[in-house]
Amino acid sequence: MEPEVGVSPSGSSKHRLRFSGSVIRSYSLVIAIAAVWVIFDALTGGIFLEPRNFSNLMRQTAVTGILSVGMVMVIVTAEIDLSVGSLVGLSGMAAVMMQTVAHAGLLASLLIGLGVGLAVGALQGVLAADARIPSFIVTLGGLLAWRGAAQGISGGNTYPVEVPSFTALGQSYASRTTGIVLMVLSLAAIIWLVPHRRAMQKRHGLKSWSAAGVSFRVGLPSILIVAFVILLNAYAGIPIPVLILVAIACTGSFLIANTTFGRRLYAVGGNPEAARLSGINVRGQIFRAFCIVGLLSGVAGIIYAARLGSAGPDAGTLLELDAIAACVIGGASLMGGRGTVLGACLGALFMASLDNGMSLKDVPDFVQNIVKGGILVIAVGLDVLGRQRD
Amino acid sequence: MSHITKTFPGVRALDGVSLDLRAGEIHALVGENGAGKSTLMKILGGVYVQYGGEIRIDGKTRRFRSVRESEDAGIAVVFQELSLVPELSVGENIFLGREPSRLGVIEWEKLFSQAASLLRELNLEIDPRVALGTLGTGRQQLVEIAKALSHSARILVLDEPTAALTEAESESLFAILQALRQRGIGIIYVSQRLAEVFQLSDRITVLRDGKTAGTGPASQWDQPQLIARMVGREVSQLFPQTKRTPGEVVFEARHVSAGDPARRGRPVVDDVSFSLRRGEVLGIAGLMGAGRTELLMALFGAWPARTSGEVLIDGKPVKIEHPSDAIGHGIGFVTEDRKRSGLVLDESVLRNMTLVALERVSGSFVTNESSEIAASTKLSQSLRIKASSLFTVVRTLSGGNQQKVVLAKWLMNEARVLFLDEPTRGIDVGAKAEIYQLIDRLAQSGVAVILVSSELPEVLGLCDRILVLREGRISSEFSRAQATPEAVMACAIGQSAPGFTRHGASAYE
Repeated sequence: MEPEVGVSPSGSSKHRLRFSGSVIRSYSLVIAIAAVWVIFDALTGGIFLEPRNFSNLMRQTAVTGILSVGMVMVIVTAEIDLSVGSLVGLSGMAAVMMQTVAHAGLLASLLIGLGVGLAVGALQGVLAADARIPSFIVTLGGLLAWRGAAQGISGGNTYPVEVPSFTALGQSYASRTTGIVLMVLSLAAIIWLVPHRRAMQKRHGLKSWSAAGVSFRVGLPSILIVAFVILLNAYAGIPIPVLILVAIACTGSFLIANTTFGRRLYAVGGNPEAARLSGINVRGQIFRAFCIVGLLSGVAGIIYAARLGSAGPDAGTLLELDAIAACVIGGASLMGGRGTVLGACLGALFMASLDNGMSLKDVPDFVQNIVKGGILVIAVGLDVLGRQRD
Repeated sequence: MSHITKTFPGVRALDGVSLDLRAGEIHALVGENGAGKSTLMKILGGVYVQYGGEIRIDGKTRRFRSVRESEDAGIAVVFQELSLVPELSVGENIFLGREPSRLGVIEWEKLFSQAASLLRELNLEIDPRVALGTLGTGRQQLVEIAKALSHSARILVLDEPTAALTEAESESLFAILQALRQRGIGIIYVSQRLAEVFQLSDRITVLRDGKTAGTGPASQWDQPQLIARMVGREVSQLFPQTKRTPGEVVFEARHVSAGDPARRGRPVVDDVSFSLRRGEVLGIAGLMGAGRTELLMALFGAWPARTSGEVLIDGKPVKIEHPSDAIGHGIGFVTEDRKRSGLVLDESVLRNMTLVALERVSGSFVTNESSEIAASTKLSQSLRIKASSLFTVVRTLSGGNQQKVVLAKWLMNEARVLFLDEPTRGIDVGAKAEIYQLIDRLAQSGVAVILVSSELPEVLGLCDRILVLREGRISSEFSRAQATPEAVMACAIGQSAPGFTRHGASAYE
């Protein structure tokens, strides 16, 4: 039984407090990213936020971001996937070798890359969900095995990408006009969605957002989107990998927040027994989450290889840790039942910003690792403290 | 303890409560859930260190800053949640954190012999070397008491000790408590089971809404008076006295058996057959371990071991292998332990309510929040769920409101057959009465209900028909008119000696 604090306290003050707490928490990551940017910009004498570097930073975020969208779905169900880095290597290698060895075209190599990712995800899903082998173990095995497979099929060699349109997936940019069109469309969506939601709250007699709340919810994202597009257009336009990340993040966010599938993911992670007795196919949900993360590892593997213009046997090493860190910094709980796609993507951006900024400053690799590790632990520590105070 | 005040953010949990305890006395502390009983005991036990008022022991004012300080002052508190480690042995649990040792090396012989003598003092035949987890819940509770006494406590606090105990285990606990009273130990006994309170205690203090609502000798009060003080009003009609006329058979079980997942051979449900009519409330009585929960789990397709038998809905045989099959046939299941298996505690009221009927109220793939809010608002109003909003996390609700959310989850799906397993466990008297009325209302509207309960008055007061389970089998069936507490108890226990049944029934009440 809970401490006897009695029936729910009258009034909505407690609710409002809790609500603003969660708002502050979700914006705290945005604030942290802004702070990191300002610091690096000062330290590098303005190079960090130059359009060229900003474009580069966004492209670096893409691979981790795509992985973290899949990872957060697995983490929400209280499982984990340690194999995504190795799977990026294997699927990228498979896609590129299709070109160099089998002389296949773009479509075939994409299908192979995605197919390898999906098949591995499905296999790991079956082992974790149906055979009930802890996913930590299944994917730890995968971490070793898929890396070994990538080394095996390549014989330890690095293969160059041969199809130019494949390379374009990692290296080219959407035209500036496309950027402007997308910007206008997303602004229109925000301007439509926010008041729509407020009208829904009013219709049901719920406490609705104040006028200030509405303008904040419309204004802040709009400013960020405009700034984002202008900065990227000032260099060469939106990089294709970033466009793919945005598309995947929007789809993933919709899937997890606005579908029965997403709702059940949270239930499965929050209380698997209650979910089972509510008729939810717990194993099926976990299996599907692993399929998604596998497929997205395939996407990430293709982009990774395309960006570098080649596939090496060690491509993607340690990316699983970046993806997990991104989810956790973005508010996901490894105990399951909590996490958002937006948070995971912001977490990926945060991690990539650290990487990029420290590389610009020629910080030695070992220091970068220590800093990233420390920040991960501190970030989660602060979050835990914040929750305890709630 | 005098004028104790404790506030949580937004709530005053205790408001000037006073309680005195004499040596060699059993002092019962009663009150509805949320009245402040546990909070008061947590202050005494040094769990909550911020409070107003003062605690005096032997006339000296004490202020405990930790559990350890409270223990050192001779206070031992046994909370509802067991604070034991199942993997460790009984002896290790008793001396957890205080193992007799020399230079940091544990002296095992000393530990086990001291544990054995402690257990002997309590007349417990438990080997201190066995793993605690191998004992039943009841015996684990007794080990917890042994642990409390190993601190040579002079004040023993028991918070709802019998909630998980069988009849026999409760009896042996009472014998031990009486022996401890003889030894001059003062006992504070927190309980919602009023019959026990009258059987056991010398004095009673009633808490209501964080205030003392009366203290006096147990002999001075009777049960209705006590309830009136607890709830601040007369609960004359706990059970709705309406007349129901059951319709045609909607649900039938034929020769249902369920195997024991831990052991081979002996089934936990053994060849059970019964039928259930539209608008009927069928009670299932029986002792703990008689197979009541297991029967419901098997019928719901949720039992982890082998099951056999046949289920018919509207006279047609159906296959139920997974809870989703049962749900598809219109069955709902309010499980025994709402926190473990009923609710996703960190999700909102709305999301818990729509968990089962998500596709029905929201959409087959893309969800529609607006229609979810509409459906949930309607149900939470008709069930009178008290929560600051639909988006409140259910963990923060009181037990009664949590249980209503679980019920709402099934009502949202328009269940036609509802299994209720201990639906009023751990909720206060007021919420209980509301749940009883709700069950009656549902039956009136044509829902067929199976009610499993350990509280005999509940079964007798609500059900049209009562099945008694014993060792996995149906031992007898009563109509409402035939059923008396004595007769039902006798069948549950499997004995018909009149003295024994009267005794059992009174302890049940």
